[in-house]
Amino acid sequence: MELLKGRGWNFGDNMDTDAIVSGRFLDAPVEEAARHVFESIRPGFVDEVREGDVIVAGANFGCGSSRESAPEALKTLGIGCVVAESFGRIFFRNAIAIGLPAMVCAGVSERFNDGDTARVDVEKATVENLASGSSFAAEPLSGEMLLILESGGIMEVLKSMMGEER
Amino acid sequence: MGKTITEKILAWHAGRDEVRPGELLGARVDLALANDITAPLAIEAFRAMGAERVFDPSRVALVPDHFAPARDIPAAENCALIRDFARQQGLEHYYEVGRVGIEHVLLPEEGLVLPGELIVGADSHTCTYGALGAFSTGMGSTDLAMAMALGEVWLRVPESMRLRYEGELKPWIGGKDLILHTIGSIGVDGARYRAMEFCGPAIDALSMEGRFTMANMAVEAGAKNGIFAVDAKTRAWLEKRARRDYRAFESDPDAVYEEEITFDVGALEPQVAFPHLPSNVRPISQAGEVKIDQVVIGSCTNGWLEDMETAAGILEGREVHPHVRTIIFPGTPRIKLEMIRRGWMETFIRAGAVVSTPTCGPCLGGHMGVIAAGERAVSTTNRNFVGRMGHKEGEVYLAGPAVAAASAVTGRLTDPREVMGG
Repeated sequence: MELLKGRGWNFGDNMDTDAIVSGRFLDAPVEEAARHVFESIRPGFVDEVREGDVIVAGANFGCGSSRESAPEALKTLGIGCVVAESFGRIFFRNAIAIGLPAMVCAGVSERFNDGDTARVDVEKATVENLASGSSFAAEPLSGEMLLILESGGIMEVLKSMMGEER
Repeated sequence: MGKTITEKILAWHAGRDEVRPGELLGARVDLALANDITAPLAIEAFRAMGAERVFDPSRVALVPDHFAPARDIPAAENCALIRDFARQQGLEHYYEVGRVGIEHVLLPEEGLVLPGELIVGADSHTCTYGALGAFSTGMGSTDLAMAMALGEVWLRVPESMRLRYEGELKPWIGGKDLILHTIGSIGVDGARYRAMEFCGPAIDALSMEGRFTMANMAVEAGAKNGIFAVDAKTRAWLEKRARRDYRAFESDPDAVYEEEITFDVGALEPQVAFPHLPSNVRPISQAGEVKIDQVVIGSCTNGWLEDMETAAGILEGREVHPHVRTIIFPGTPRIKLEMIRRGWMETFIRAGAVVSTPTCGPCLGGHMGVIAAGERAVSTTNRNFVGRMGHKEGEVYLAGPAVAAASAVTGRLTDPREVMGG
């Protein structure tokens, strides 16, 4: 996988999936849901975020519901990667499944200001803050997860599995 | 080395003698579930992956409960999409409005989720069925599509933690107070990725409904699943409901737990989670003066007959405060019918409460009780995140049905003992 580089956006602990995509938008197309990401806690975020930006978060990012539209909306906005101290498990599983890299990285949230440039090597599991020069070791993803991310999501893997079933 | 209930269920479903925490498994699924907001994406993924038929039409359940009866045109389109899919696939467990209930109350009532089974659902509160000694967990729509097509999922075996509850509960204290107290103690990520195994004398004495409430909120502590051992109460509850034979597992005496916590709950007061996290818990005596605008009683957490009985006992002969809207959501049509038979519908209507059809609507700010800026709700639901029930400047206070009903009467967050004496 190529190196990811983008501006970091720092979020705190326990960012829940309702904050990412409110329940009101759960029957809307993901493009519409994406226009309201973090609206309740950080109004204006969607106007500032750019393709390739990185979310840097504290503990338990994406806790709460199983809504797949949460990682999907972040991906739709152009977020290249989410780096967090830890993740809610369903969000993490969904993020990998839809092809949004999610990295667990201790200490990262205290060492990033909004706008600092982040460089993430998903395969080598490293995260750098190019503004401050600090670097962090993330928890490596399993071979299966890397394969899913390289394929652009689990759907491609499932298609080939269904092909073998026949 | 001894094994936990969770490890034994997963080993059985992976066709293995034993499994260890941390292992990745392919496991057989007994039931796959989705609702009207998660099924459409799952069906889309099911088709995109090239699947044509579900693995077993008797083991896929579709429950339109979130925005149904359809709140608007997009919701109606989603309901139509899953209705068509259910017919085309010949699904045995699709529930139309009129028969539909809130999924995690409905499926246990229907006898479709049983001890020892592995159940996955595209809904985070799928963990509710752990009350029956099943392994059940929530996942996303794409993962669910795989379960619908192949009858299999990939799972990492969770580490288990054992939570033991000592003491005898005081009046008005139930499963909701126990689980709020637990989440308040360990935090919203205190059980992240783990299996929460609940045990102890207070659990033995707890009703099945109380156990469902506790298992339901395991995910609010970050857990993969919550689980209870099967006992005489479980078997009695299943006697007239179970549609299949089942297999009850129990943890070995030398099973390995990553963490063990004991709570003495003999003196526990009613618990309330303040905004905006389910872990922001205080005993009611420390709640202070909190005026409220709305009370919600019901949902997949507290929409059981026992919860309705508690609320009816408090509202009988009393009136809802004139400044409060009280909305009651029984979990299923069968529960609602029983409420009519027992006279509680009249109790609620005379008290000035409204009784809705079963729906998840207000819990996630969908419909049927959305709150405005500056409003406060006392709710028996499971989440109080910013904007969860509507406007981002609204506030949700989570509590059990006794606190909710007492608060409906006084118009402020209230200890049920203040209204009922004792």
